[in-house]
Amino acid sequence: MSAVSQVYQSHPFHPPLSILTVRRRISNILAIVLTTIFILFTVGILLYLISYVLVQGLHFINLDFFTQVPTPDGAPGGGMGQSVQGTLILVGLATLMGVPLGLFTGIYLSEFGQGHFAASIRFLVDILTGIPTIIFGLFVWGLIVVPNHSFSGFAGGMALGIIMVPIVTRTTEDILRLVPRETREASLALGATESQTILRVVIPSALNGIITGIILAMARVAGETAPLIMTAFGTTYWNADITQPTDALPLGIYNFSHSPYQEQVNQAYAGAFILIMLIFLTSFAVRWATKGFEQTNR
Amino acid sequence: MEQEQKVAVHVEHLNAWYGKTQALYDINLTIAPLSVTAFIGPSGCGKSTILRCLNRMHEEVPRASAAGLVQIEGVNIYAHSIKPMYIRLHIGMVFQQPNPLPTRSIWENVAIGAQINGLAKGKALHERVERSLRQAALWDEVKDRLHSSATTLSGGQQQRLCIARALATEPKILLMDEPASALDPESTFKVEELIQELKKQYTVIIVTHNMQQAARIGDTTAFFLKGHVIEFGETQHLFTHPQKQETEYYVTGRFS
Repeated sequence: MSAVSQVYQSHPFHPPLSILTVRRRISNILAIVLTTIFILFTVGILLYLISYVLVQGLHFINLDFFTQVPTPDGAPGGGMGQSVQGTLILVGLATLMGVPLGLFTGIYLSEFGQGHFAASIRFLVDILTGIPTIIFGLFVWGLIVVPNHSFSGFAGGMALGIIMVPIVTRTTEDILRLVPRETREASLALGATESQTILRVVIPSALNGIITGIILAMARVAGETAPLIMTAFGTTYWNADITQPTDALPLGIYNFSHSPYQEQVNQAYAGAFILIMLIFLTSFAVRWATKGFEQTNR
Repeated sequence: MEQEQKVAVHVEHLNAWYGKTQALYDINLTIAPLSVTAFIGPSGCGKSTILRCLNRMHEEVPRASAAGLVQIEGVNIYAHSIKPMYIRLHIGMVFQQPNPLPTRSIWENVAIGAQINGLAKGKALHERVERSLRQAALWDEVKDRLHSSATTLSGGQQQRLCIARALATEPKILLMDEPASALDPESTFKVEELIQELKKQYTVIIVTHNMQQAARIGDTTAFFLKGHVIEFGETQHLFTHPQKQETEYYVTGRFS
């Protein structure tokens, strides 16, 4: 009988504390401790960020913030109403321009994307997700702003829309690929064409994830500042005309944060808080709204 | 055309490939209407492949191809002028894993085949759904919750739902790829009973890795090995007096 089996014979449920077990226990505890530290670190940073902005900005959130525009030259009062309005307009415009393109590209890559052409498209899309967003601003500046001799909300929306395209493409493709082959085969075996299968079976199964992807892309571009600097430019007046310069929350925060007037700096904090809240609310809204579409995979 | 009435499926010189690997070699088979034919054989022998060639689902796998003559009720389904989706309308298929469409209700699952192909609308559609669910022995269990999600059913019920879904397009032939292998024994029994009822109206071809199942429900059996049909004949005869040695080895359990 070998030494090991001898030992296990006499200690059936309590193997002796050999070096191996001690080492395993130590590395186990070490792993748990390290991961806990890192989690606390990450969450801690997030909480600190939010609470800092909250503390600084919550104070100054009032109705005026949403209903007033900045006062001239530091007169008391005023708000960032035009920034909020602008953000809504620009994100809406961006969604209209960027989502259809991203959606259809994602559908193409997922359903028909086996060849070299599709691989190149996928590669280009991946590159696009990594390009600094100010470059998109520059592109739209050269394309739209300069020939028209005017900053405009349309240019800003277009820049944001282009930024949305690769994000929506990626999430759409990934989500569609997750629809199991069996579901597609079930549809094909009933005599459905490819397009019927895609439209009536595959996309509805993935709708949950697709909508999530779109809304998260919207939240992402809501915070973009650099591409708007040379396209929408910003303004201190109410503006619903997209052929004119339009403001946005990130732009407003940027402009106000180095204002010489303390009141406007405070309002910048308030704006930052509103922006963070907007993104939070978006995430919650997405989770709440898509609960009904859960698919159970056996 | 008496020959067509005696023959539901006629396969001649069928070969199939996955990419460059050949999976089926020169298959020749004739299947009588209103019967149950079982395809048996060890894993990888090609029985699922030939089943999927019968409704042209095989070519949906990337880089897969097939060549040969397959006549369903006299029509060569591999003829150039025939679109695969038209064929699949007339041939129902049930898969190994129950695959109800997850975001649709029970009613919608059964109706979708008819809706996609524009076969029925309104009241006629509802009658069709009820008829299919009755034929699949599921109507009594679901008639009060037709609009709840299909995923709330048990495994056995989901499989019967898939059978109802396949029957809703009123096919002539029903192909079943190991329909009971993922089910518990009680559900398996129900499905086998169902097949005995269905053969009065449909021609059923069932792939099974369970020899006893083939012996229980098959009128005829085909034994496949490594892409070839080794033997094909009346079930009882094949099991009790196999003509080829490989068949004998398989049915006596020498290899599986």
